[in-house]
Amino acid sequence: MSDPVIRVERLTKVYGHGEAEVHALAGVDLVVAQREYLAVMGASGSGKSTLMNVLGCLDTGSSGRYLLDGVDVRRLVDRQLSYVRNRKIGFIFQSFNLIPRTTALRNVELPLAYAGVPVAERRERALAALDRVGLADRVKHLPSELSGGQQQRVAVARAIVTDPVLLLADEPTGALDSHSTADVLALFGELADEGRTLVVITHEDAVARHAQRIIGMSDGLIVSDTRSLEAV
Amino acid sequence: MNAGEVLRVAWQGVTVNKPRSVLTTLGILIGVAAVIILVAVGTGSSKAVQDQISRLGSNTLTVTASSTAAGGRGGAAGGLFFPGGGGGGDTTSQNATQSRTPEITMEDARAIAEASETDEASAVLGVAPVVSASSVTAAYDGASHSVGTFTGSTPAYLLIDNSVVAEGRSFTDSEYTAHRRVALVGTSVAEDLVGSDVSDIIGEQVSFNGITFEVVGVLEAKGSAGPQDQDDRVIAPATAVQDTLAGYGPIGSIEIKATSADTVDLAQSQVETILDGRHGVTAADRDYDVQNASSILDAATSSNRTFTVLLGAVAAISLLVGGIGVMNIMLVTVTERTREIGIRKAIGARRGDIVGQFLAEAVLLSLFGGAVGVVVGLVGSHFTIVGVQPVVAPYSVVLAFGVAVVIGLVFGLYPANRAASLRPIDAMRYE
Ligand SMILES: Nc1ncnc2c1ncn2[C@@H]1O[C@H](COP(=O)(O)OP(=O)(O)OP(=O)(O)O)[C@@H](O)[C@H]1O
Ligand SMILES: [Mg+2]
Repeated sequence: MSDPVIRVERLTKVYGHGEAEVHALAGVDLVVAQREYLAVMGASGSGKSTLMNVLGCLDTGSSGRYLLDGVDVRRLVDRQLSYVRNRKIGFIFQSFNLIPRTTALRNVELPLAYAGVPVAERRERALAALDRVGLADRVKHLPSELSGGQQQRVAVARAIVTDPVLLLADEPTGALDSHSTADVLALFGELADEGRTLVVITHEDAVARHAQRIIGMSDGLIVSDTRSLEAV
Repeated sequence: MNAGEVLRVAWQGVTVNKPRSVLTTLGILIGVAAVIILVAVGTGSSKAVQDQISRLGSNTLTVTASSTAAGGRGGAAGGLFFPGGGGGGDTTSQNATQSRTPEITMEDARAIAEASETDEASAVLGVAPVVSASSVTAAYDGASHSVGTFTGSTPAYLLIDNSVVAEGRSFTDSEYTAHRRVALVGTSVAEDLVGSDVSDIIGEQVSFNGITFEVVGVLEAKGSAGPQDQDDRVIAPATAVQDTLAGYGPIGSIEIKATSADTVDLAQSQVETILDGRHGVTAADRDYDVQNASSILDAATSSNRTFTVLLGAVAAISLLVGGIGVMNIMLVTVTERTREIGIRKAIGARRGDIVGQFLAEAVLLSLFGGAVGVVVGLVGSHFTIVGVQPVVAPYSVVLAFGVAVVIGLVFGLYPANRAASLRPIDAMRYE
C-alpha cells in the first residue's frame, strides 16, 4: 500500500497561556489511508474542529508532526501552504462559507482561478462539478438565493473541483434538515466510492454510519477507533 | 488570476457599497480638481502679467520714484547732498523742505529728453513723462464712462507704448506746448460714449470730470491682458492734464525707449547718470528706480511662482486628505470582509492574490476619483476665477492624476497587507 494521506504523530494544540491554558489536542496519533472514509465523533469541546483545522492546513499544531501525502506541513512556507490548500485539500464547513454576492459558478471557479487554470477550462470544470452535485440549473444564483442544502452542495462542488486527494468536512450537515442531509450524505457516499479520502466530523450517528471507520475523541485525545461493519 | 479578473473582482468590491465608494472617490476628486484649477489660476495670472509686460516691448525703461527709499532716509540724504550737489533746473519743491520724499519730476523727463539729443544719452530714442489722473469719468451727450487709465504725456508716448492711432490723429508737439485740451481715447471708452461706430467721437467735445477735451483720435484696440481692459484708456498732453486733472506735483513715471533691444542696458546707465546728478544721489542711495521690461518680468514671474506653489501646496494637502480617506475606507472594507478573506485563503488564495485584490480596489477608487477630478478640473478652469482666466498647466494634470493613483497604491498597501497577513483560521473565525 502507498503512503497514507494523513499521518499525524503526537499532535498537540495548546490555546492560551498559564492559568488559561487549554490543551485542545493532547497528543493525537492518527493514520488515514488513501480511499478511506472516516468519521470523527466526540463531545463538544473534545478537539474535533481543532484537529480538522490542522489537517486542513488552516492552523498549525503546537507540537508533533503532520505529514500530508508524505509531506511535512510544518516545513512549508506560506506560498506552498496556499498550494496545498488549493490542490490537495477540499474543505467543507458547517456554515457553508461561500463568498457572498458571488454566483454559485464563480464560487466554484474560484479555487481554479487561484490555481491559474485558464478561463474556458475553469468554466467547464466548475459547471461539471456543479452538475455533479445536482445544481446545473442554479449556476447563476447568488448564495443568498439558495437554500442551505443547495449552498452546502455548492460548497461540496467547490471542494471537489480541484480534484484534491483529501476532503475534509466539519459538521457538513449540522445546519441542514434531514432531506438535505440525505442529499449531502449520498454525495459523500459517491465520492468515497470513487476512491476519494474523506474525513467528516459529525455529531449524528446516522451520518457516521455511512463511514467505513469511526474515531471517537475526548479531551483532545482519540479514545476509540472502530471500523464499521458495513465496510468490512 | 490575470489582471482582468483582478480588476473585475475589485470592481465588484467597489460597487458593493456604492454611496461609500462615491464619497471616498469624492475626496480624491476634489483634491485632483483643486490641484488642476489652482495651478491653472496661478499660471493664468502669471501669463496675464507676462502678456502685459511683453506688450510694452523689450526695449523700454520705466523710471519711478523709489518706493523703498520713501520716508525717513529723505531727511538725512537731502540735508547732506542738496545744498551743494543738486541738479540745475527746478528743484523748488525739493529745496522747500529739508526732508523730501523721493519723487520724479517733469524736469527730470525734460533733462533726459534734452540729453538724448546729445551723446550724453545716445542710447535713448524717446522719452515720455507719464502723469496719471485717477477716477476720471468721461461724459458725452448724456452717456458716461468711468475711465480705466487716464494718462498725460507727450506725443512720444505713443511710440514708446507701442500704441497706434486707428482713427483721427495724434496730438502734436505744438498742442503739447500750448497746453491744448485734446485727447486720444481707447476703443472701450469711445464705444461707451458713441456706440460701435467709434469714429463718430472724433472732433467731439468730451467732458472728463467736468473738464472739456476735444477728442482728436481713437487708439487701435489692444485687447485685454488678464482682467485688465487695455482699451479702457485716455491719453492727453501732460501739460493740459497737469493744468486740469492732475496738478503740478511730481509725475508718476518716465517712460523711455532705447534705440534697440541691445542698447537697453546702455540707455539705463545713461539715464541713471543724468538722474543721479540731478538728484544728488549715488547708486547706493538712489531715490528712484529704473526698471526694464525684463527685470519687471523677472520680478513678476518669481512672485507668481511663489503664488502658484502656495496654491499647489494647498491643493496637494487636500489630495493627501483624500488619500487618507481611501485608506480609511479600505481598512473598513478589510475588516468587514475578514471572513471572506479567510475563506479565500482556505481555498488556496496566495498572499499576493489578496494584496492584489484590495490594492486593485484602492487604486480603482483613486483612479476613478482622479479621472473625474481631471474632468472637473479642466471644466472648472474654463471659468474666470477672482478675475483671472486660468490657464491649465499640462504638468499639473499629469501630476495630480499620477499622484492620485500613487496615493491609491500607497494608502491601499497597508490595508491590503493587513488583509493578506491574516491566518485563514483567524480570519474565518472573525465576527
Ligand atoms: N481560538 C481558540 N482559542 C482558545 N481556545 C480555543 C480556541 N478554539 C478552540 N478552543 C478550545 O479548544 C477546545 C476544542 O475546541 P474545538 O472547537 O476543537 O471543539 P469541537 O470538538 O469542535 O467542539 P464542537 O463539537 O462543539 O464543535 C475547546 O475547549 C475550545 O474552548
Ligand atoms: Mg467543532
